[in-house]
Amino acid sequence: MSGTTAFWYASRATGIVALLLLTAVLVLGILVNRQGRLPGLPRFAVTSLHRNISLLAVAFVAVHVLTAVLDTYVSIPLVSAVVPFDSGYERLWLGLGAISFDLMLAMIITSLIRGRLNRILWRAIHLLAYLCWPVAFAHSIGSSKDLQHGWLLYLAVGCAVVVVAATGWRLAQVARQVPRAARVAAIFAKHSATNSTAPETQQTGNKRTGRPRETV
Amino acid sequence: MAATKEAKEAKEAKATGETLVVNPIDCTGHGVCAELLPELIHVDEWGYPIVDPRPVPPELVREARRAVAACPALALKLMRR
Amino acid sequence: MTTTVNEPAARQTAAAALPRLLPAAPEDLRAHLARYGPTPYRGQAGLLIGDLEASGLTGRGGAGFPVYRKLAIVAQARGRKVVVANGAESEPASRKDEVLLRAAPNLVLDGLQLAAEATGATEAHLYTHHGATPEILRALAERAAAGLDPVTVTITQAPPRFLAGQESALVNRLGGGPARPTFQPPRVTEHGLHGAPTLVQNVETLAHIALIARYGPRWFRAVGTSAEPGSMLTTVYQPDGKCRVIETEIGAPLNTLLTSAPQAQAWLVGGYHGTWLPLPQAAALTLDNGTLRKYGAAVGAGVLAALPSDRCGLAEAARVVRYLAAESAGQCGPCLNGLPRIAAALAELAGPRPRRPVRADVERWAGLVEGRGACHHPDGTVRFVRSALTVFAPELSRHEKGQCSSTNRTPFLPLPHTTLQNGIPTSEDDWT
Repeated sequence: MSGTTAFWYASRATGIVALLLLTAVLVLGILVNRQGRLPGLPRFAVTSLHRNISLLAVAFVAVHVLTAVLDTYVSIPLVSAVVPFDSGYERLWLGLGAISFDLMLAMIITSLIRGRLNRILWRAIHLLAYLCWPVAFAHSIGSSKDLQHGWLLYLAVGCAVVVVAATGWRLAQVARQVPRAARVAAIFAKHSATNSTAPETQQTGNKRTGRPRETV
Repeated sequence: MAATKEAKEAKEAKATGETLVVNPIDCTGHGVCAELLPELIHVDEWGYPIVDPRPVPPELVREARRAVAACPALALKLMRR
Repeated sequence: MTTTVNEPAARQTAAAALPRLLPAAPEDLRAHLARYGPTPYRGQAGLLIGDLEASGLTGRGGAGFPVYRKLAIVAQARGRKVVVANGAESEPASRKDEVLLRAAPNLVLDGLQLAAEATGATEAHLYTHHGATPEILRALAERAAAGLDPVTVTITQAPPRFLAGQESALVNRLGGGPARPTFQPPRVTEHGLHGAPTLVQNVETLAHIALIARYGPRWFRAVGTSAEPGSMLTTVYQPDGKCRVIETEIGAPLNTLLTSAPQAQAWLVGGYHGTWLPLPQAAALTLDNGTLRKYGAAVGAGVLAALPSDRCGLAEAARVVRYLAAESAGQCGPCLNGLPRIAAALAELAGPRPRRPVRADVERWAGLVEGRGACHHPDGTVRFVRSALTVFAPELSRHEKGQCSSTNRTPFLPLPHTTLQNGIPTSEDDWT
């Protein structure tokens, strides 16, 4: 359904930008987890970008929702932004949007109170990102004719490819990494009695082994 | 002159009474803390933080809080002694 | 502080001398009760703690913390409380806990119940490497039949890991997880097993508590020094390789326990987290922290070894440090990375013509791991390593020239027999 009001255009535009931002947030989150770096940038840039862009993404989603609600061409109640399958218009696709928005809010809120939260609980909720993004993606494709053809379709598919690739990379890294109980044995294997130079650093987190560092 | 200034700083630092502590089990060597607070934290040859054990000087307390908030593993803490 | 035990005076003075803890032969409950009388419950929480404070008893598990203070912290806490008898001495060279549990389990179990009463604990555990042995099960059954134990004791087996007896690792294991340490604060006395304040005491400490409860603090102080009163169990290795568990008073001259020069070239005091002492300079030292601290040493859990003169001290040290490195929990970056490197370097120093930078590498890594773990494993290892390199410095000079003064390559210091590949734990099962 395409209306011609400014609100409707704004909603479509902010929706597309939100999808791009969420794609960036997910990729940055993987980079943070894997201790990856962005070329030329310090480490805290990766964590800061991840956090700040996630807030920006939520802001864009909020505007996306508000403008859709304010647009009078179709009737979307405000509450259907967070309560799925409540709107009469495009019930399924908007419902998915509401679900992903709820998940986003859960992730942001738990991250803001992270110091007070049980570590395992925080992590479990944060991993919902891998549910949140596909649901947001389905919402984007399903509820917007824009994304169903033309260069916006290619853009959306491009985002999906990036997310799949980044997630696949993370899973591959996890599969390759030394399990915690075997770390000591692994580092022993790299340090025989006859060789005490050019060792590899063993990481304690769920990371791949670090780049070789030379002893001074 | 220097002695009284140092004594004053030490008294102020004691008044804040906060020290930076890293939980070495949670720490996975991201190194973000050392970038944000190089005055008090630097990184060893394996990427893990070496934290100044003395009380945080008052002028660095805000930076210290930022570093604590920035740690991706929530391993850095500001503790009251 | 008067005792509440109705003992004839003769029995009290007789018991003041050594041995106090170890009977000549393992005693069953009947013999135990005949010798010591019934468990002197105070009938109220907190009463025993005053006696323990007056006695000056410190923990016999290695850390030497004042016992009354630990009990007081747990006693003052609210809610559910737990007491644990820690018999997992974990140190390969230490045999005292095993011997005590075999010879006088009832003393230990008395102490456990008394500690439970004093702290108001409703849950008690016994944690050992051998788990529910027939002797322990029999002792518990006899006591249950006699109605001696108000609090039921649960037995848990500790995995054969060096860190298994560490306080927080122990609590993790009892909670069903792996025997790996956690970062403290909070201490286990505030937040321990399933969150409850938990008192962890070495089994020897509990045995002393059982005796102090009967005979009082003045009796306890009849031996030992005024600053460090009482007796302790030591595991002693003489140059002939024989191992004996000996109860001695604190402050006893080390040369009454260990052979000095010329049969021995150096003494190891405090086990594998302890300190090497040179001979003959250390020959006049006494077994108490007041004296030993001046030489960077501590009594620890009472493991004493006299290294025979025909061995290579560096080779012995390298063997032990490799074991210590393999036993790292691998949780903390500095320990995980530093200890294996130190071990490899020591192995090189123990061989002919080590490269020049290796000695300095060890010192650098030692400085990097010290104090940067969640537990004291790296600290203890560093103490062992530094003292070895100091005491065996002349041997290192010989190695640098391609010579070694040792004429005997047989390993001396005991390390556990292991079925693990390379002696290194590799799976979660190794920690549970």
